[in-house]
Amino acid sequence: MKIEVRDLECGYDKKTILKNINLELKLGDSLCILGPNGVGKTTLFKTILGLLDKMGGSIDIDGRDMGSISRKELAKLIAYVPQAHVPPFPFKVLDVVSMGRTPHMSNFGGQNKEDAKISEEAIDLVGISYLKDEIYTEISGGERQMVLIARALAQQSQFLVMDEPTSNLDFGNQVKIMKIVKGLSENGKGIIMTSHFPDHTFIASNKVLAIGRDGYYKIGTPDEVVTSETLGDLYDIEAKVEDVYEGSVRIAKVCVPSI
Amino acid sequence: MVKIDKKSLGLKYIIIAIIPIILFFISINIGRYSVSLTEFFQLIGNKFLGRNYQIEDTIDTVIFNIRIPRVIVAIFVGASLSVSGAAYQGMFKNPMVSPDILGASAGAGFGAALGILLSFNQISIQIISFSFGLIAVFLTYFISSRFGRSTDTIFLLILGGMLVGSLFQAFISLTKYVADPDEKLPAITFWLMGSLSSVRLSDILAILIPFIIGFSILFVMRWKMNVMSFGEEEAKTLGINTDRVRIAVILASTLLTSASVSRCGLIGWVGLVVPHLARMVFGPNFKYLIPASALMGGTYLLIVDNLARTMAKIEIPLGILTAIVGAPFFIYLLMRARKGW
Repeated sequence: MKIEVRDLECGYDKKTILKNINLELKLGDSLCILGPNGVGKTTLFKTILGLLDKMGGSIDIDGRDMGSISRKELAKLIAYVPQAHVPPFPFKVLDVVSMGRTPHMSNFGGQNKEDAKISEEAIDLVGISYLKDEIYTEISGGERQMVLIARALAQQSQFLVMDEPTSNLDFGNQVKIMKIVKGLSENGKGIIMTSHFPDHTFIASNKVLAIGRDGYYKIGTPDEVVTSETLGDLYDIEAKVEDVYEGSVRIAKVCVPSI
Repeated sequence: MVKIDKKSLGLKYIIIAIIPIILFFISINIGRYSVSLTEFFQLIGNKFLGRNYQIEDTIDTVIFNIRIPRVIVAIFVGASLSVSGAAYQGMFKNPMVSPDILGASAGAGFGAALGILLSFNQISIQIISFSFGLIAVFLTYFISSRFGRSTDTIFLLILGGMLVGSLFQAFISLTKYVADPDEKLPAITFWLMGSLSSVRLSDILAILIPFIIGFSILFVMRWKMNVMSFGEEEAKTLGINTDRVRIAVILASTLLTSASVSRCGLIGWVGLVVPHLARMVFGPNFKYLIPASALMGGTYLLIVDNLARTMAKIEIPLGILTAIVGAPFFIYLLMRARKGW
């Protein structure tokens, strides 16, 4: 199963923001979209989620045109992990995760025992069992982000689209989320996420799409795309991309801005 | 916030279901024409068990033609306004909205006033009241979505509601201004203040049928309303046809509001205060919140109506009392629940 994007043109209010986007995402792939603020990352993945109508090109999921798939069916294929925000009502964490079961429920019913079980498993998988009975509006931002990931897992869709899952989080929580993302793609989920941290692509992604201003566009592996040249083109800064060694073993790669 | 486990939830339901039943029996025996409990049971015996106690005819009339209809209508009007308030709050992701604040009450009120002015019959008044209630809600919604950015919709929704509300209040004043001062004007004025004093047996169905329809639609939508309180886009990616759900919920809530308004006038605050109270006890999950709002709303309005008809020598209009009771109560809620709704 894969998502195929061909010559995609997207935007809103009749204004084109991005065009000629081509990408392919298989199960087990983890694609990170990098780019400066306002370049259209959000527009792109909202189009892939079907929240915005595409303006040209095609998006096929499993060989089927996305436009022909109903919302409910689409929700079983692609789950959305938004940036954690605070809803107006104090739902319990377990209730929030259970909302992931919505596309699997009958049209007029609520959740059944099976749904409850799957939701609990999703909570365990993300490692937040201790939050199960807490009130979603009263936990921390990092915890809320993990609850939303658990909700997407309860949705049992093959693909996950994550909107800056590490933004607004402290360093420790960023690492936790990246670990979870990495684990998910290793377990066969296909992941698309946006990020403001080029470093994170080395940890959790096997594909990077860099989108810059004026149609700048580059796709490939993190090693191919995240280079000091690309970072310069994208963000208009000077930065080095360096390997980190422990003895003679390369253990990581980091981006270091020169100031 | 209250933690909820299934057992205590069941107990709480039993409590809020028993209170209105007990109140029902108390309410039909109190009033200016007091009926003792013995007389009441003798009357029941005569009516349904074929007994032959000596009772005045007046008691029969008071109980069956006046008090029982009034008490039943009070319960269902309270339930309707509370359930619609809870649903509006979920749909607009906004704990500060209610039928009054969204302009629905004023719209429905204008429709009904127009109906009275034009001497429509009861059913036509309900239909025209429902229509103007809908127009008002959609106007408010249009204003907030057309001019609002995603961050300030709460503010704009309330602003839009005030705008639409005062517009329809002006229309109501206009109908009063042109109304015949001997006959129509007092009818419209007294009805607007909110009262159950003219309720008769035939009114029970006029409130019960819309209640059953509106309540059923909202209860069926309970899970989707939960999801939609997280926002339009998230709900869509969870497989919900948000446009369809929103229209169904607004139709059902406005039906509940207009059925109450067209029969009993403008009874404010119930739709704001009761859902909050219910949420404090039962949490925000609509599966529990909708039935709880109905039960607690019915109880609340029955108590207020009992006060309205027994507190003073003359009957106090209900709308005045719900505001006097509701406003300070809401301030109390605000102070208690500042950290969460």
